Amino acid sequence: MSSRLGGVLPALPALLLLFFFFLFPVVRMLGYSVEGGSFEWYAKALGQGLYLQVFWNTFEIALIVTAICLLLGYPLGFLLATTTPGWATLGFIFVLLPLWTSVLVRTYAWMVLLGRNGVFNRLLVQGGVISDPLPLLNNFTGVLIGMVHVLLPYMVLPIYGAVRRVDPALISAAQGLGASNARIFRRVYLPLTLPGIFAGAVIVFVLSLGFYITPALLGGGRVMMLAVMIEQEVHQTLNWPFAAALSASLLVVTLAVYAAAQRFMRAGAGS
Amino acid sequence: MSRRVLVVACTAIYTFLMLPLLVVFPISFSSAAYMQFPPPGLSWQWYERYLDDPQWIDATVRSLYVGVATAILAVVLGVPLAFSLVRGRFPGRWLLDRIALAPLIVPTIILSISVYGLFAKLKLIGEWYGLVIAHTVLALPFVVLVMAAGLRDFDRALEQAAEGLGASRLRTLLKITLPLLRPSLVSAGLLAFISSFDELVVALFLAGPNMTLPKKMFDNIMMEIDPTIAAVSVMQILLVSVVLVLIDRFGRGLRGSAR
Repeated sequence: MSSRLGGVLPALPALLLLFFFFLFPVVRMLGYSVEGGSFEWYAKALGQGLYLQVFWNTFEIALIVTAICLLLGYPLGFLLATTTPGWATLGFIFVLLPLWTSVLVRTYAWMVLLGRNGVFNRLLVQGGVISDPLPLLNNFTGVLIGMVHVLLPYMVLPIYGAVRRVDPALISAAQGLGASNARIFRRVYLPLTLPGIFAGAVIVFVLSLGFYITPALLGGGRVMMLAVMIEQEVHQTLNWPFAAALSASLLVVTLAVYAAAQRFMRAGAGS
Repeated sequence: MSRRVLVVACTAIYTFLMLPLLVVFPISFSSAAYMQFPPPGLSWQWYERYLDDPQWIDATVRSLYVGVATAILAVVLGVPLAFSLVRGRFPGRWLLDRIALAPLIVPTIILSISVYGLFAKLKLIGEWYGLVIAHTVLALPFVVLVMAAGLRDFDRALEQAAEGLGASRLRTLLKITLPLLRPSLVSAGLLAFISSFDELVVALFLAGPNMTLPKKMFDNIMMEIDPTIAAVSVMQILLVSVVLVLIDRFGRGLRGSAR
């Protein structure tokens, strides 16, 4: 056995697991979508207004969630990277504790907070701020809040890494040359941290596309996203070919976004 | 000046991040049967209800051993895989790299229904080891990422010194390489455990009548929201905090694993 191929041997057991319980089942399942050699299920998924609407909903939610995460994640990542080590440790705990807490626990907590008789509405009504409870749950707003909460740490971590890599000498130089803080941010930090912003945005967007738990629980059946529809087709309608066609579409979009991002990043790193 | 604005904004964002974790604490001690805030009085009744209900305990125990088995299997398979990816020089390594990380990118719902279809045929639905296999697929990328980072930082001069002094390759691996990588191993194992312990979507399909803790919680949330879930949530948050402390003390450190 040549030593060139010897390097792959340790990977073999893991590779077998991934082949038999990941690649093979996924390909097998996707095969159902073209059973009988027809594309009727794709025509149904991508041609009928009702289902097309779900695709658009999913995209829209993923885009808005990514935008909000960016807006909230940049200041947080920036502060974490530029503060004293003590504050940074505390800040990290506050980002990592939610990240590691079960999505289910957090989703339940948002139901408690946002419900008609939830904490927010009770406090606001008792405080006399509003007379009727605000509709915060079982709708678009609830899903957005819950998803941003789950995905925000995925945005903060790459941005933190990018800000950390900015050479402090550049900032001192800019300050020495009389640049204002706003100008330093715009001309030094922003361009240098763009790869981190991009990496975070791609992760959040791709994860949003396939999200299940939060829309299923906080949407109250009124916010339909692709993953929720796939689950229903398998569990309730038992329509495997259609679920497979929806899955294939979701997978193609996810991989396309990911591949485009990788190409873009490599081009950016090369210049 | 603008720094102060940043700190104020970030305090608000931190509040948003921590609020859901904090709110379950008072509710879990509530004496009221319905969601009431602030709670009218304090009691342990929801914790007692959890401990007295064999279904909850059963689900917790199952999640614990599925999580431990997943962590062991993911580390046993993932560590050699990471060695191959970082140190191996063979054609097609880039492809192996993609395949190893693919479970992170492919939406979990797709993996879930795919494995569900296969396991239904193999009569593996409801079997705990079926769940372990599927969870290991999901946990492998975490193990590979953490171990690969550890291996890239590894000073290979230490291995060369050991081999130069006459140690066999196996001895070098066992006496030098793995002990030095222990922080990464601890982080990888704990990450794999938590990823399985918290996992819902795969369990929804594969667990069958045998509940895991997340599936039991999901079903309860769907049917009735009573503060028992808050009590379970509090215990889960405490468990995760303990794991985070363990990683910080014995693992690669919080910021190390974040990068």
